[in-house]
Amino acid sequence: MTVRPLPLSVDTSLLATHELSVRVGSRTLVPALSFAIRPGEFWCLLGRNGVGKTLLLHTLAGARLPAAGLLQMGGKPLANWKLDELACWRGFMPQQLHDAFATPVLDVVLQGRHPHLSRWHWEGEADHALARAALARVGLAGFESRDVRSLSGGERQRVALATLITQDPPLALLDEPLAHLDLAQQLRMLTLLQDEVRQRGRAVLMSVHDLSLAERVATHVLLLPGDGAPAIAGPVAQVMQADTLSAAFDQPLRCHTLDGHRWWLPA
Amino acid sequence: MSRGRAWRIALVLAALLLLVFAVALASGSSLLSFDQVPRLLLWPDDSPAAEVLHRLRLPRALAAMSTGALLAMSGALMQVLLRNPLADPYVLGLSGAAALGALAMLALGCGLWAVQGGALVGALLAVAAVFFLGRHDMGRLDASSSQDDTPRLLLTGVMISSIAMAGVGLILSLAPGERLRGMLFWMMGDLSGSELSGWLLALPVLMCAALLPWARDLNLLLRGPGPAQMLGVPVRRVRAMVYLAASLGAAVAVCTAGTIGFVGLVVPHALRLLFGNDQRLLLPASALAGAAFLLAADTLARTVAAPLQLPVGVVTSLIGAPTFIVLLARRGGRV
Repeated sequence: MTVRPLPLSVDTSLLATHELSVRVGSRTLVPALSFAIRPGEFWCLLGRNGVGKTLLLHTLAGARLPAAGLLQMGGKPLANWKLDELACWRGFMPQQLHDAFATPVLDVVLQGRHPHLSRWHWEGEADHALARAALARVGLAGFESRDVRSLSGGERQRVALATLITQDPPLALLDEPLAHLDLAQQLRMLTLLQDEVRQRGRAVLMSVHDLSLAERVATHVLLLPGDGAPAIAGPVAQVMQADTLSAAFDQPLRCHTLDGHRWWLPA
Repeated sequence: MSRGRAWRIALVLAALLLLVFAVALASGSSLLSFDQVPRLLLWPDDSPAAEVLHRLRLPRALAAMSTGALLAMSGALMQVLLRNPLADPYVLGLSGAAALGALAMLALGCGLWAVQGGALVGALLAVAAVFFLGRHDMGRLDASSSQDDTPRLLLTGVMISSIAMAGVGLILSLAPGERLRGMLFWMMGDLSGSELSGWLLALPVLMCAALLPWARDLNLLLRGPGPAQMLGVPVRRVRAMVYLAASLGAAVAVCTAGTIGFVGLVVPHALRLLFGNDQRLLLPASALAGAAFLLAADTLARTVAAPLQLPVGVVTSLIGAPTFIVLLARRGGRV
């Protein structure tokens, strides 16, 4: 497949794709996706179950190769990145984590510093301070010495977020970070991510199923309609239209406004 | 875990090893006093005591220490590689294949060198077979999540082991009666006939030194290959390195002393329960504690029923298993 030259504007972005395709076996899940994430943007990745959100996130994170097309981070093709430098550029929070061994929570959070430390260095005072601050921000201050395997699903998820904050990459990719969280914690996590985006110029791309929460925080939306149709990427107001979403989710949806927020409900 | 705490624990373990070393050299059919040991060790005279110390006890003690260090480190590494706290150095079929090689040589009535060579060849064949068959799992990232992709690797090892053990059973049933005893001793692990070479002594030190710079990467591997790669760990390379280092260590240990069980499982496990699971401490600590544990077990094996010599593998299991059970019970299952 021939690829047209990249448009110039792509080079200012944290992440940019050009005609990127995600395929599993003979099934094309995401055909020819071209979009870019810039500092200060909050992207929500929307789509039905099994439409390829996770695989797309893995591809964008550099964990699997795209079937076709280009993927650039900071204007540089992914293949030219060294793993540790890449880990300082983008962070990834998976859907689930499995811990085989007992480990204190603080040690797990400190692992976010790994790419920032040389082979011979141990985590120092500054790294510990970052890790403790991150734990406090996700509401788990005092959990430092708890065994990570004794946590509930939601707490484990928040430890993963604290690890991501400690890693502190300019671009964060999150796979359903709100799963397992109660309502208050969902809002806390979204506010935290929003602060990072607005105040520090970070960028976020996260998959999420709650359309109303997505509407509340997102600046941009990447919608996977499924059935091999091309993805729709753009500012939130442009993509989150009743007819577009209804078609994508195969379910009539309507938007209601209440208390200054827009709520998406089944029609 | 801070660097200072790691050093303190390592120093305590080193002192413990030194103590066991002194006891091992002093005990035996002719007891030496503690002040005699260092004197005879550094400035040997023509006395029979010095002869015994230098010709018999010292080489055997050094071989035991080296073997114990290798087994414990290999066990710790296999547990990281398979993300399974119950893995040991032999879990991927290495011991069965080594036993097959060694027993084949014993059945043919070959000498020590051929037996060791047979064990080494068998072990390396198993290592190569498992590596070849499991190469996809070894490198699979599945950044997806932390999905465990190791059961296939594990099952491949178990199958290789079964095939080898079938061969071992065949040899045992067909071998002439007077050679059976030697075979059984070999299979239970025995240090009495082990020869000492410089390589055997250097290997645990080299292995520890080579892996320590990667120890933080190993900590991340425990979170799963996907999350590790996302934090900058070259998963494929590190896992291949861990597998080969662990296998080489176990192979050398097996062909020195036969299949000594329990050291590789119990020592890293006990250390984890006591000091936590930071591989930057766990690797050197395993080496030191493994060396001390096997040396103590071997000293017991050759003195407790003297002049009878017990196979050291029997002693390691008899001490190791109950200790382990006590540790597990006390720590309330914090494995």
